[in-house]
Amino acid sequence: MSNNAPVSRPRFAPDPARGHFYNYVRFLWRSGLDATDGSGWFYAWMTLLSAVALVGLNAWATQIQHGMGVTGMNDHVSWGLYIANFTFMVGLAAGGVMMVIPAYLYHDEEMHDVVIVGEMLAVAAIVMCIGFVVVDLGRPDRVWHMLPGIGVFHWPVSMLTWDVLVLNGYLLLNLHICGYLLYMRFIGRTPNPRWYVPFVFISIVWAISIHTVTAFLYCGLGGRPFWNTALLAPRFLASAFVSGPAFIILGLQILRRFAGVQMSDRPISILANIMRVTILINLLMLASEVFTEFYSGTSHTSAARYLYFGLHGAHGLVPWIWTSVAFCVIAAVLLLRPGVVGHKVQLTVACVLAFVAVWIEKGMGLIIPGFIPSTLHELVEYTPSLIEWQIMAGVWAAGLLVYTIALKIGLPVLTTKPGAKH
Amino acid sequence: MTRRNALKIAGATLGAAAFAKAIAPIAEWGAEESVDEFLQKHYRELSPEALAKVITRLEQETKEDYGAEVHISDPRPQEGVKFGYALNLSICVGCRRCAEACHKENNHDRPSGNSYIRVLEMQKGSIDLAQGNVTYTHPVSDSEKYYMPVQCQQCDNPPCVHVCPVEATWKEKDGIVVVDYNWCIGCRYCEAACPYHARRFNWTKPEIPKEEINPVQAYLSNRIRPQGVMEKCTFCLHRTREGRLPACLEACPTGARVFGNLLDPKSEIRWVLANKRVFVLKEELGTKPSFFYFFDK
Repeated sequence: MSNNAPVSRPRFAPDPARGHFYNYVRFLWRSGLDATDGSGWFYAWMTLLSAVALVGLNAWATQIQHGMGVTGMNDHVSWGLYIANFTFMVGLAAGGVMMVIPAYLYHDEEMHDVVIVGEMLAVAAIVMCIGFVVVDLGRPDRVWHMLPGIGVFHWPVSMLTWDVLVLNGYLLLNLHICGYLLYMRFIGRTPNPRWYVPFVFISIVWAISIHTVTAFLYCGLGGRPFWNTALLAPRFLASAFVSGPAFIILGLQILRRFAGVQMSDRPISILANIMRVTILINLLMLASEVFTEFYSGTSHTSAARYLYFGLHGAHGLVPWIWTSVAFCVIAAVLLLRPGVVGHKVQLTVACVLAFVAVWIEKGMGLIIPGFIPSTLHELVEYTPSLIEWQIMAGVWAAGLLVYTIALKIGLPVLTTKPGAKH
Repeated sequence: MTRRNALKIAGATLGAAAFAKAIAPIAEWGAEESVDEFLQKHYRELSPEALAKVITRLEQETKEDYGAEVHISDPRPQEGVKFGYALNLSICVGCRRCAEACHKENNHDRPSGNSYIRVLEMQKGSIDLAQGNVTYTHPVSDSEKYYMPVQCQQCDNPPCVHVCPVEATWKEKDGIVVVDYNWCIGCRYCEAACPYHARRFNWTKPEIPKEEINPVQAYLSNRIRPQGVMEKCTFCLHRTREGRLPACLEACPTGARVFGNLLDPKSEIRWVLANKRVFVLKEELGTKPSFFYFFDK
């Protein structure tokens, strides 16, 4: 295939005589072409993701047809794997901001060169968030009921409406920032800071808001003592700033290795330094919660007892949570070693462990025990069904498709310096 | 055409075919939903004529899907009425007749045995729900225990209503928290918010044999719910707004249940509130239930 690899496409070069509207459409079209061209490995990766996404789509279609009885959820544990992943994804989206802050607040040039990797992660993660909410709906055909204007939007009372606003706002902010920078590159102009820097600063605050509001969804419920804690939002943020940088470090290493992106170790080292702090804060908050739950011994701690040690012979979540705690501790120890940035294997292991630890903690360790025992103290355990795993894999694959395409379009920005000929 | 482009086109065609195959179950399910149903407005935005059309359509659908002739009405709250319920824990024997009556009256799914009422077998000397047991199977009543049926508490400060993103659930003037089953999007946030396990989700399309369907139905209460939406106890508003008593009360063999108008000083429920040692469940949550428990010994 390499014999006819495209070098340039004059057909889709910008036309300076025409307006931005015309050229932006051309830019999108060109991006679309760029996104569908690549090496054999690229095609293999995209085919794999498409196949997994289709399996998920089919599982979701089956769920719509037969009802959500095909999941492992029930009236006791009424949210499961989908909302667990949704919660985690909000964190991943917010985590991308840990590249934006060094790049724009501290003017770190080398981080600035790769910051778009974090902004695009935000876009892909929000797409997955929306996906996980939609697959959790019993009536996805009625999503329009939530649209302001034609539906009924229960704002500001319902926290869920706030979440819709902040998540979509964050998506738009990041789409604008990425789109503007890439489009300027496309038409060969230097980006005007007035058109993106203010949005970058808004997006930093906004990133905090998406995870705070998502925590408020849960901690605002007085009838669920396991969630009803003021520590929930800070802990969401701390764990988001573990999982986000962990994912980006892994991503940057893959890009460097397989996509030929030239960059120094500095962005990775900054992110690892951020993780060193955030993972310890996360562990500190964990210890604080565990102490409060167990030392007082009030009857409100039965969910925590179920989660960590099992209750009345039911202990479905015990292996999950201890895996999470162990992974988090090991990752923290690895990250604390001074030479970890130079030692790529250790760094990779630490990031994978931290990522998995937070995924468990935000899902099986947070959403599920909120329902066990139920509000009438019935102990009904939850195991996700095969369909739920398929749908989850499908949404992840769709999100990774979006991320891969976004990076494919954005790569020229990473690999060429401003002013260089495209 | 280059080899690369040919491969791309082949791949895209294959992908499109696989996509169509993958979503086929949605098409099958969507064929059952009419355009009118899809575009139906919120209950409170429907004009009387539009509501009448909706009700006619729902009656027809019940006929087509379940083979049963039903009559769906829309009784409105009465002026000067706020419903309250009280339950005498001293005489409840835990027979679960109330739960069974609810199951039949409200056209619940038969295979799951669903009911809006759960009866807890409680340890004497404790009102800690954690000591309760819902799955007892021995003959009742056990003299070492007492029994506490729990259903929707029709809270004056209902967390379920606050959290709903589309106002598909709200509190009516007579105090009853209702759901528009044709507006609910099925996010189940209300189910997470309710501290009393009072809400249920239709995980599948309800199955009820034609001859067992209760044909006396109301739009906001016991009509057969669609798949994928929330449902809850409505104090049998199709009965109580017509001056009758809830089905669970009529089924109770011991007379443990007292139902009435909280705004009527001469009602039996007001007498209970004034003269018995009354408590509400989880008072510390500030939900302000309209459902009261009392002991008379």
